[in-house]
Amino acid sequence: MKVITIGKIGNEERVDPGFADLVQQKSGKELRQCYHCLKCSAGCPISFAMDWTPNQIIRMVQLGLKERVLSSSTIWLCASCETCFTRCPNEIDLPTIMDTLKEIAIRNGIKSEQASIQIFHRVFLNCIREYGRLHELSLLASLKVLTLNLFEDMGLGMKMFNKGKINLLPTRIENIHELDAIFRAFGESKRSKI
Amino acid sequence: MKLSYFPGCSLDGTAKEYGLSTRAACQRLGLELIEIPDWNCCGASSGHSTSYLLGHALAARNLILAEKQGLDLVVSCAACFARFKKTDIVLKENAELNKKMEQIMGTPYKGGFKIRHLLDVICNVVGLDTIRKKVSNPLKGLRLVPYYGCVIVRPHEVTQFDNEEQPQAMDNLVEAIGAECLSWSDKTECCGASLSLTRVDIVKKLAEVIVDEGKEAGAQAIITACPLCQANLDMRYGEDGLPVFYFTELLGLALGIDGKTWLDRHITDPLPLLSSLNLMKGE
Repeated sequence: MKVITIGKIGNEERVDPGFADLVQQKSGKELRQCYHCLKCSAGCPISFAMDWTPNQIIRMVQLGLKERVLSSSTIWLCASCETCFTRCPNEIDLPTIMDTLKEIAIRNGIKSEQASIQIFHRVFLNCIREYGRLHELSLLASLKVLTLNLFEDMGLGMKMFNKGKINLLPTRIENIHELDAIFRAFGESKRSKI
Repeated sequence: MKLSYFPGCSLDGTAKEYGLSTRAACQRLGLELIEIPDWNCCGASSGHSTSYLLGHALAARNLILAEKQGLDLVVSCAACFARFKKTDIVLKENAELNKKMEQIMGTPYKGGFKIRHLLDVICNVVGLDTIRKKVSNPLKGLRLVPYYGCVIVRPHEVTQFDNEEQPQAMDNLVEAIGAECLSWSDKTECCGASLSLTRVDIVKKLAEVIVDEGKEAGAQAIITACPLCQANLDMRYGEDGLPVFYFTELLGLALGIDGKTWLDRHITDPLPLLSSLNLMKGE
């Protein structure tokens, strides 16, 4: 496990003492009660691929290391499997806190190494805004073009097509204007700076 | 019995076999599923990962439409189910969000109906005694490990269904349809969910661990209740994986329905296994 270091000579990372308050207020979830028992990190199925373990993210929020948290891979790799929340002795809702951190990162245009996941979410929601439902082929096509990853899964895609698992044409829901109203009310126009 | 029904996007796409077998098995059990008219995507991972309010608003539209039907709601996808259960709580607590949704949809959300996963309905509403009586093709000799995945059972405060670490519903269903249920360690492990398209490496690793555990337990196949779990275990393991069934597929088969229309859609072909045990004898 990597060690969190702060205040090293030459390290100009800003510490934001209000960051923990902001995350608590935006998520509506308590996080200062974490005493770092590491149950979340031990049980997390994806921690092996993360740059910081889940409890380290909480620790860095507590310490106000805003930039390091918001540019981490961890917040994007969290699969919201709820194992951590289920086992936390202090009932800290980590999946919701991870969502809040992602939302703050998006609204401030902060990038991480997991750009493809950010693109996936954007393309997915564009598809929902357009049709009301997911059309897997449109999603895959846009994702492949935008991530320049054209050939991965081609063989699997053909197999799925042959098994009748891929619809060529999307279907649009009738009252798509209601989805447009939802996106206008809660999506793009609601972006705010922290 | 009539129920409002939310199939979710994947049941008409990658999880077509889940949609087809759900319809067939429910009909045989006397459950009338009435699709929510003009339903939309629940928002899925991308909704709640991008915006708290947008995620809940996308799910809320469906709940408002379902409420108009005046029936309890059954959801087949584990992820959609979890989103609806969370949004139901949020809409009741967040008057501002509820008011905004009322402006868009014309009706406020009161939430006077139950939201249940299909597995819950089959096991606890229809009931295993009824199922045992209706089984005409008991799946004798089929050794299964039950794979619940994450959000059907977690967190219990939200899902209100079964035990978080050691769920039993699908175990009991497996016994009721005449198959053998094996104990194993990965019942509620995560398959990597929506990382399937962006971090294939991670999902492959998780799928390998889960399927290998199933093999070690002596299973011939895995039974699941979630479209993402099924897809990831079926498609991301590589060669010589185990067949991965939706519980409705095996339930349908046990109820005497010819399952060919859905069983031939798997990536890991389950037909040789079922034929070798002489279980493909539905009408």
